[in-house]
Amino acid sequence: MNVATDDAVRLDSVTEITWTQLVGACAMPEVELRELVAYGALVPRDPDAPTWTFEARALVVARTASKLRHDFELDAHGVSVVLSYVERIEQLQSEIRRLRAQMG
Amino acid sequence: MMKYKDYYEILGVARDADADAIKTAYRRLARKYHPDVSKEKNAEAKFKEMAEAYETLKDPEKRAAYDQLGRHAPGEDFRPPPDWGQHFAQGQGGFDDIDFADLFAGLAGRQGRASGPRADRAMAGSDYEAVVRLSFDQAFHGTEIDFTLSALEWSPDGSMRRVPHRVKTRIPRGVTDGEKLRVPGKGGKGINGGPDGDLYLDIEVTAHPLYRVSGRDLYVDLPLAPWEAVLGTSVNLPTPGGSVALRVPAGTRAGQQLRLAGRGMARGGGTPGNLLAIARIEVPTTLDDRQRALYRELSEISNFNPRAQLDEETAR
Repeated sequence: MNVATDDAVRLDSVTEITWTQLVGACAMPEVELRELVAYGALVPRDPDAPTWTFEARALVVARTASKLRHDFELDAHGVSVVLSYVERIEQLQSEIRRLRAQMG
Repeated sequence: MMKYKDYYEILGVARDADADAIKTAYRRLARKYHPDVSKEKNAEAKFKEMAEAYETLKDPEKRAAYDQLGRHAPGEDFRPPPDWGQHFAQGQGGFDDIDFADLFAGLAGRQGRASGPRADRAMAGSDYEAVVRLSFDQAFHGTEIDFTLSALEWSPDGSMRRVPHRVKTRIPRGVTDGEKLRVPGKGGKGINGGPDGDLYLDIEVTAHPLYRVSGRDLYVDLPLAPWEAVLGTSVNLPTPGGSVALRVPAGTRAGQQLRLAGRGMARGGGTPGNLLAIARIEVPTTLDDRQRALYRELSEISNFNPRAQLDEETAR
């Protein structure tokens, strides 16, 4: 049976998604996602715009938040705190990879 | 045949532990094994196991269903008792093609949504996740993947089943290890008009023997003879996009990075990263008499002192 080939989309800082798409793609209620925006864990491209848009990588952050909320039974504030540590770990891992790549 | 799992043993609690004890045990283990923060060996597999145990034991109805299975040795080939399905499983489906954890996935719970699809309610399809392993060349150039994953879905009779789900997807060029991709609408089917779920791909890229990846940039070692570094030269450098002639300027130092712009990993909608060749000065270890004499003459006539800074420190 012929199966069509689909395109995988990068979740990076170039591709853009809307607030509606972000809400639809997460298991978190919209009101909790709004709290993550209020706490700075999710950052719209223009916070003052009437309709928010985000870098597509916000979807990775939102899904990580959903998982942390479920796994650790946290509220939105707790999730945003843990997310900041997860982000710091990722920055440090990226720096280590860069240094290892240079050292050979 | 599914294998029995002792959820109480996995969480380290007694079979008559109360809800608080189960919650405390889970939270202690979650802190230790959560894959986003843990450096423990096999953290992800261990977390998956304990999360599965907690998901069942924290819910009174699921826990009762689990206890009704009786006690068995962990890992033992297992099949639920004949009447278990009538009491607890949705629909009349058998248990031949589902995992142990799937037994409880469809049960209602005080904390869960109502079990099974209802004719009066639209439900979004599940999101699927899969790990995709690529070679460096596949990641650099982009590729097509074609594989089948085993997905848990609702059957028309209301039971849960694992069904094969074929994935045929184009991976864009320039993906890196750890990157996540999304294939919209290619997850589980929506129910009663609900939207289809998405497919998420976790990319793993095998290391290349020559190129080291950092973000969009690639690093490669460039071995040079001492005279090449001093006098300069032109070398044929392999790159993922084909060989290039690289000019090495006179006076190139060890560790110096020679940049080949745009020869790194592709960036969606932007300029690619760079390839950086790192100069490594290699010295010959075997010399004939004439070569040794020339090196000795050079050492006697040269004023070059690579340890000037160390000598200053020593003199203080």
